[in-house]
Amino acid sequence: MATRVPLSLTPSPAAPLRAVPAVGGDTAVSLTGYGRRFGARTVMADITLSIAEGEFVLLLGASGSGKSTLLRALAGLDPQADGEVLVPRARTVVFQDHRLLPWKRVWRNVIVGLPDRAKADAVTALGEVGLAERADNWPGTLSGGESQRVALARAFIREPHLLLLDEPFGALDALTRIRMHVLMRALCERHRPTSVMVTHDVDEAIALATRVLVLRDGGISLDLPVDLPGRRMTDPGVADLRARLLGELGVVAE
Amino acid sequence: MPINFIGKTAGTASGPGLELVVGRTPTHGRRDDLRAAWRRLWRSNWVRIVGPLLLLAAWEIAVTWFGVSELTLSSPRSVAETAWRLMEDGTLWTALGISLRRVAIGIAIGVPAGAALALLSGLFSTGERLIDPVVQMLRTMPALAVVPLFILWFGIGEEPKVLLVALAVSFPVYINLYAGIRGVDGRLVEAGRVFGLGRFRLIRDVILPGALPSFLVGLRFSLGIAWIVLVASEQINATSGLGYMMLNAQNLLQTDVIFVGLIVYSLLGLISDLLVRLLERWLLSWRHGFRSL
Repeated sequence: MATRVPLSLTPSPAAPLRAVPAVGGDTAVSLTGYGRRFGARTVMADITLSIAEGEFVLLLGASGSGKSTLLRALAGLDPQADGEVLVPRARTVVFQDHRLLPWKRVWRNVIVGLPDRAKADAVTALGEVGLAERADNWPGTLSGGESQRVALARAFIREPHLLLLDEPFGALDALTRIRMHVLMRALCERHRPTSVMVTHDVDEAIALATRVLVLRDGGISLDLPVDLPGRRMTDPGVADLRARLLGELGVVAE
Repeated sequence: MPINFIGKTAGTASGPGLELVVGRTPTHGRRDDLRAAWRRLWRSNWVRIVGPLLLLAAWEIAVTWFGVSELTLSSPRSVAETAWRLMEDGTLWTALGISLRRVAIGIAIGVPAGAALALLSGLFSTGERLIDPVVQMLRTMPALAVVPLFILWFGIGEEPKVLLVALAVSFPVYINLYAGIRGVDGRLVEAGRVFGLGRFRLIRDVILPGALPSFLVGLRFSLGIAWIVLVASEQINATSGLGYMMLNAQNLLQTDVIFVGLIVYSLLGLISDLLVRLLERWLLSWRHGFRSL
């Protein structure tokens, strides 16, 4: 997009406040010497990474590899991390659990924390995820997939420059997950956020990613651009990518 | 082979051993009109009425046939008559009005006080360190144990009774609301922060609604305790109110008046409980998933 608002890069609480280094206009996320220790255990160390605007980065890794920790740092929720992390001020998170406030009706959940937005805005955002008619329901009446779609509406109505997704479809059934991938692609095409998504599902990489990072042994062991125009499982290259990612994750692919 | 669904079980020992687990048998529920529904309700529930009726009958029989003294046990009939008399000459209404007023004022002081303390110690760690140990220490003290002290301090007027109710109801509110605030899902609080809720809105939109169910539990306990404490204090030092009416009846050997008092208390307890339950249904409608009003 030609008329993008310049990003207001602010240091997340992960970094001590000091002079912000100049970052190129098309860089959305920048990590320098990022690391995380829990007591004596070092989960990640000395990670340096830069993510360009508009990328859809998939962060793969086995359990305990630190992928969710890294995402929390990007969200500004982990001030204890080492190094320096720069992220846009306009960022938001879709969690694995939908985290809707059960005592607020669906539309109020969408515009929570946005006092200037009206119900009509919320309904429009809900329309984008196909749930406009559920605006007045209580979150408790929604299915898991519907709740997660409301969480997407709540994220996209904020027009984030950086969208952080922490295994957002991990708790959904396989069919719902496929539908969510399609929806996610449509939303990203319309709003064009820079996205970082944590997952352990290799097929999610094929469905959504423009770049895949694999976290392993405390660092980034693989950084791979993904260019699959059709994004169909039958595309040439899909089998290759799958095998490579599974191999990198320590799953033996035949 | 056609399977014959008569009765609940199809097939006998010699049959295929099939059991109808879904679907209605042709002999049952075919004409499912209102009258039939009523009949079914009556048929499955009439036993519930038997217990209280038996009790009432045993009571009446004990008094009239076995000659249990009216001083020990008034007959249900004389209790009913006395209730009517006390209502007609206004004695009951006066006593009830005075007791209700004491409970209402006590609750109006005690519930906000308990809630305020719970907010301070639930929301602020300094508040917790300052308030919680003191409250936890005081709450192990039976409320009625302070009656002598309150009489010394406040005399035998309205103050000691109202303040005793206030003191007693503040503890359940404090304990439950405090636990409710501390028990609010930390993930929702984190999400609230991510979505831009400031401190005030976080408290108003996330923490307080999350603690509301616990608060209502505390309120329910409070109302129950309020009556217990009031009766006790009215029987120790009072010249009016329901407790006084019963104490007076004891001195005048009016067993029937005591029974009337007991029944009124149980009704008051039921009504207070019902009020909180209605409040819960209204405030927590999101819990059951139906749209309110």
